[in-house]
Amino acid sequence: MDLVAIVAIDFVYAIATLALISLGLAIVFGMMRIINLAHGEFMVMGSYSAAVAVHHGVNIWLAILVVAPVAVGIIGVILERLIIRHLYGRMVETMLATWGLSLFVVGILTMIFGDITEGVPTPLPGIKIGAYQTSGYSLFVIALTVATLFGVYVILRSSRLGLLARGTMQNAEMAAALGTDTSRIYAVTFAFGAALAGLAGGVLAPVSGVFPTIGGSYIGRAFITVISGGTAPLAGTASASLLFGIINQVATFLTNPVYGEVALLLAAIVLIRILPQGITGRYLRGSL
Amino acid sequence: MGISRRTLLASGAAATICTPAMIRSAAAAGDPIVVASMYDLSGGLEAAGKPMYDVLNFAVDEMNAAGGLLGREIKVVSFDTQTNMQLYAQYAQEAALKDKVAVVHGGITSASREVIRPVLDKYKTLYFYDMPYEGGVCDRNIFIDGLTPAHNTEVLVGHGLKNWGKKVYTLAADYNYGQITSDWVKKYVKDGGGEVLGTEYFPLDATNFGSTISKIQAAKPDWIMTVLVGGGPISFYRQFHAAGLSGKIPIASTTFGGANDQLVLTPEESDGIVVAYNYIESLDNPVNKDFLQKFRAKYGADYPPISDLTMSSYQGMLLWAAGVKKAGTIDRDKMIEALESGISIDGPSGKVTLDPATHHAIFDVHLAVFKDKKMNLLETFPQRKPADTAAVCDLKKNPREAKQYIIKVN
Repeated sequence: MDLVAIVAIDFVYAIATLALISLGLAIVFGMMRIINLAHGEFMVMGSYSAAVAVHHGVNIWLAILVVAPVAVGIIGVILERLIIRHLYGRMVETMLATWGLSLFVVGILTMIFGDITEGVPTPLPGIKIGAYQTSGYSLFVIALTVATLFGVYVILRSSRLGLLARGTMQNAEMAAALGTDTSRIYAVTFAFGAALAGLAGGVLAPVSGVFPTIGGSYIGRAFITVISGGTAPLAGTASASLLFGIINQVATFLTNPVYGEVALLLAAIVLIRILPQGITGRYLRGSL
Repeated sequence: MGISRRTLLASGAAATICTPAMIRSAAAAGDPIVVASMYDLSGGLEAAGKPMYDVLNFAVDEMNAAGGLLGREIKVVSFDTQTNMQLYAQYAQEAALKDKVAVVHGGITSASREVIRPVLDKYKTLYFYDMPYEGGVCDRNIFIDGLTPAHNTEVLVGHGLKNWGKKVYTLAADYNYGQITSDWVKKYVKDGGGEVLGTEYFPLDATNFGSTISKIQAAKPDWIMTVLVGGGPISFYRQFHAAGLSGKIPIASTTFGGANDQLVLTPEESDGIVVAYNYIESLDNPVNKDFLQKFRAKYGADYPPISDLTMSSYQGMLLWAAGVKKAGTIDRDKMIEALESGISIDGPSGKVTLDPATHHAIFDVHLAVFKDKKMNLLETFPQRKPADTAAVCDLKKNPREAKQYIIKVN
């Protein structure tokens, strides 16, 4: 029974991390149609911001939950103004530019911090469930992901900024004609996506470590989740994470992590073949 | 400060550019002996490659300061292989044909070694592979002074069975090194009357170990053996600690600390992990103390700890130099004969001898435990032989062999 509880936590945790690493990308790709190949590096910058803050004596929760997203959000604004804004509507060019950006970020981080940086210690102790142990931090990640999804929903659904952003993404010219500063909305939306990536990087720093090239291990899964999710950033990310998280964990438990990853990829291929527009292209249409 | 890394790189590049002049005069006495270094200084494996490159150049600078070899200066031509197999093939040809080097030191992954080995065989250029690896290479043209599974796995398994218990769970990297080493773990555990409850393989970028940690708890092993490689798997130790298991289930590892992994973890996450290497920095012998003092004086006191991997490059260079002195020439065939004569050096890790039959190393293996990010010596196992490779390879009997055996363990 205790083992069932532990395994259940593993399942939910796998789903939550998928959603967490994908959400920022879902905003940038799903809403803005920008293929941000530097998404993994945005996360890494979040991890580094958190690690540097912690090593300078900042409270670890503050570092993870505030410093990481704010720092990457600011970097996001700057990059949007300098690079991305010139490339709206040109998908191939944004791919090239963000790919270059990702190489650049890896290089810069290696130059500044070197190849090895001490990670962030896990701020929560392990918890005991019967005879078994699990990480208390996993439960925190799960709770935080749920809260983040809910928070993003509220912002997009109920705030004025969310309304303007959705309007601008649907029809920029009409929004501009109605007096919206669309250029600013684009910048803010991109920064919002970047900040979510930074948050994910900060939150996962104690789990997976901090080194310049770790973005590569996130980006693939994030893209698969977002593309399979389809056009609605929130419902798509949540439903695709749920599906892939479960498939991945079932395969991992039955065999090993390698086949877990294979099962996830296979599921994604089959899904995209059946639903080329992603899950929310067919179901849950019109949702956020 | 002497020569900085930058000027070394620049002079390496310069040497590559002005090679035509060198070819013509390479044979003339008094001209420098050219040595190629082939390490990944960018592209992913630079964390391992850079310190190897540094200690290799440090060894050469020391030799030059002492008058060079055979009265000639030693010159390093450096190739940055950028973690790219195509460049390995290209640079190996370039080193052999254009630079006509006396020896190539380098290659980090086994894949890269298997790319350059046939090229250097073909062009009769001596090759030193200074790395721990899975064992089994049997080729007269290559000398290997790194750990193979038989060197340290038996020691680690013996320690675990004696101190922690008979039930073992293995986590290994999903490629030939991890697979072969975990087979050795199984063999030694069985020989010692124990049982391997499970073996799991992980890709080099795996970062989520949640399900594995649950599986381990369900299996209830007495201890865990890790043969993990790569930056991602470091997070296993972190997640293991976060689950509150560190200290409850002990860990022995054939790889932990090899790339200074402890530096990215907190002391609590790495304390108590038991490892076995040929070289650990805390070895208390005058050669090691002298090496560390001089090296740090030159490369800075804050240089990361010298790992076993790094030390292999330094001692590989010393072994090669001992061969040159013995042969009295850099002619390849005479060099091989000299190196095959049971040649040995007294390096920072102790006495290192090249085994004539396998061209692998015979050296001390040091069992150590991590405490506060440092390896503390527990026990020394003197002069261990490359028993795995020796089981399949005898170059004295079959000098024409040039292959890597996949060693069957049962």
